[in-house]
Amino acid sequence: MASTRTSPEVTAAPQPVNDNRLRGARWWNEIGWRHVVGVVMVLICVLPLLYAVSASLNPAGTLTGSNELFRTVSLENYANLVPSGFGDWMVNSLIVCTVTAAGTVVMGGAAAYSFSRFRFKGRHQGLTALLLIQMFPQMLAFVAIFLLLLSLGDVFPVLGLNSQLGLICVYLGGALGVNTFLMYGFFNTVPRELDEAAKIDGATHAQIFWGIIVRLVTPILTVVGLLSFITAYGDFIIAKIVLQRPEEFTLAVGLYNWAADERNAPWGLFAAGAVIAAIPVVALFLFLQRYIVGGLTAGSVKG
Amino acid sequence: MTHPTAVEGPTTAGSGNGSPPEDSSGTRRPRRGWASHARDVRPGFLVKLALVALANAVGLYGILAAWAVQSWGILAFLVLALVAVDWAYFSRRALAAKYLVPGLIFLFVYQIFAMGYTAYVAFTNYGDGHNSTKDDAIAQISEQNERRVEGSASYPLTVVTQGDELGFAIVDDGQVRVGSAEQPFEAEPDAVVENGSITSIPDGDVLSFVDVAGRQSEITQLRVPLSDDPESGSIRTQDGSTGFVYQPALAYDEDSDTFVDTETGTVYSPSGGGNFVSADGQELTPGWRVGVGFSNFSAMFTDSRMAGPFASIFGWTFVFAALSVLTTFALGLFLAITFNDERVRGRKIYRSLLILPYAFPGFLSALVWSGMLNERFGFVNEVLLGGASVPWLTDPTLAKVSVILVNLWLGFPYMFLITTGALQAIPSDMMEAAKIDGAGRWRMFRSLTLPMLMVSVAPLLIASFAFNFNNFSLIFMLTGGGPNFVGTPYVVGHTDILISMVYSVAFESGSKQYGVASALSILIFIMVGLISWIGFRRTRKLEEL
Repeated sequence: MASTRTSPEVTAAPQPVNDNRLRGARWWNEIGWRHVVGVVMVLICVLPLLYAVSASLNPAGTLTGSNELFRTVSLENYANLVPSGFGDWMVNSLIVCTVTAAGTVVMGGAAAYSFSRFRFKGRHQGLTALLLIQMFPQMLAFVAIFLLLLSLGDVFPVLGLNSQLGLICVYLGGALGVNTFLMYGFFNTVPRELDEAAKIDGATHAQIFWGIIVRLVTPILTVVGLLSFITAYGDFIIAKIVLQRPEEFTLAVGLYNWAADERNAPWGLFAAGAVIAAIPVVALFLFLQRYIVGGLTAGSVKG
Repeated sequence: MTHPTAVEGPTTAGSGNGSPPEDSSGTRRPRRGWASHARDVRPGFLVKLALVALANAVGLYGILAAWAVQSWGILAFLVLALVAVDWAYFSRRALAAKYLVPGLIFLFVYQIFAMGYTAYVAFTNYGDGHNSTKDDAIAQISEQNERRVEGSASYPLTVVTQGDELGFAIVDDGQVRVGSAEQPFEAEPDAVVENGSITSIPDGDVLSFVDVAGRQSEITQLRVPLSDDPESGSIRTQDGSTGFVYQPALAYDEDSDTFVDTETGTVYSPSGGGNFVSADGQELTPGWRVGVGFSNFSAMFTDSRMAGPFASIFGWTFVFAALSVLTTFALGLFLAITFNDERVRGRKIYRSLLILPYAFPGFLSALVWSGMLNERFGFVNEVLLGGASVPWLTDPTLAKVSVILVNLWLGFPYMFLITTGALQAIPSDMMEAAKIDGAGRWRMFRSLTLPMLMVSVAPLLIASFAFNFNNFSLIFMLTGGGPNFVGTPYVVGHTDILISMVYSVAFESGSKQYGVASALSILIFIMVGLISWIGFRRTRKLEEL
């Protein structure tokens, strides 16, 4: 019975609204237990997040001091983020992820267009090769990527280690393998008759691409853009080996360094940073649930 | 964001109108119309021209720079890439290539090459002590093994800085000479000498006594070569005021390709392992990169200190991935079935709250959990368990349990989402028919729901297995692989999985062993390949092309 009381806002108005409503033991057996499960699971889901929010509002700033949830509420940790370099990390992350997402959408979309619309030698082999490459996430080769950037830095310092542009390029290297298939399938659903009509009217292939196709496949472009943004935002291992100077860190690397600092872990500062860092992603997620679920079932896994 | 004009900037693919750039070649039949039409869209053509010009400029710069640092591999690649770009955008036939080339270049460099390079490095001894070529190793050995020449002259010396670089200034026969680690001594006639010591030099500063004391270790390690010829030796100082001539203790003989100790006469000759070794087995460091066959692969089995831990990590990787998939799928499916009943009110609210752990960035959750599970101060022990001290992350077995549980927390919403979708796709009349036939809940689940689900969900389960097989962030952030094994040559622990072991071998264990790390990566490649192959066989994706 506890559950009926704990979720009054969920069960909303009392019984008489619905005629064929179940009552008593039967209701409990069919529906009631589901609310118990729901409430327990929601608590489990929310507690660690509440804990993080509470720690971020607690000026004590240590692990022990954060244990009483919402004992003290102050914005001190958030104020302390300003001089801590957190702002730089946020900007770095946003720049790196936005450029990566834009580049991924453009290159992946272009590749999907050519696979979907042109018939050229090696097309079938190309698709097969992409499918095979797709199996091996780029991060598996992180040692080689590190060594590659090490020697690339001698020729193009801006593409070497310690460079955000270098990091973006690495991310873009994974663009085609991961997303072409997702897009290719969607591009195929746009009727070819549209292109042909435009061609007869004298449109070039570029005009067809930018003027017709791109407008019709906007949903998949959005999904791919967001997924690649979120993937790059959450990437740790490649960012960690490429970026070694604190002022160049992305959020993942910077926040890790705070939390992993065993002796004097600035826990409150970390929690405040984590809350702010999570906001854009959580917002995107809740806002675009439908799209992302579609992308998930199409086979991509969030990193 | 998909506004064409807005995105046209950053792309080279298909920007420009792809129309034939030169009208002179516009003699082919139906394309005439095209060529004339292209003149109407000049801006696009100009954008394309600018981008291709930019690509050429960058490429040419790279070719020159690669030439200068003698990176022949990069140089060859750049030449090929440049030819490909120019061909794609200035040929009117390479339609598909116009859209593919930019993505392909990135794919080649950062994925395909990286994979191939992993395979190559796996068969070398690349790593600390074997970082470079043989020539570099010879130069470094000559530099690092120097001894003071007995009875040689000493020079009055002053420590100076030029920019950020430390250097020495000495007085030699009344003439001032200045040099640094990179720059051999050169005469500096404009320097000022007072009472036999140098008080100022033209483009640099003389270090004060206090500064010299503060940077003592840097100064005693500094060697300034006497001339460009490494054989001539160098000047070093112990006290920052007197310099002595040091000469190579080991002389390299090019003809016999050996180092000879100038005093004892010991001969060091190159070994197959990429080191100069004396007859009695003494090695000179650094060595250089050589192929070592399969020894990186067998290293895990032949080293008795490593064999046990490696077997344990290898097994744990599979257990971790399998349990992660099973637990998240079981919980996700249970919740999906629980809330797949239209009579449950507030399902939307439940759903939105239940996917929160998935929406929260994974690396942050793992870090928050690592704090909450802290043995002495963590929230779980202190508050939920009322002050217990359960070693969640420091006991080998409990740490594994914690990793699985945290991953369950992180991963069940994903399974909840996909199984909810799949459940809704199961036709309801089928369920009704079963109900009418008198099937119970369990029976319906076993014989209808699960088999129907598996059709659409099985490939995703396999993908999830592959993902967790390489779930580096979770392990690294939550336990860092610990608690560590004792007495292993690499820093690895009970919760390490293969990929976090690769990281540890490559970057975190005292000496970096890229060769061994790459060999382990190859092992992961093979495993992932096998897993995906099983996945493909199920979905028959290959046939759908």
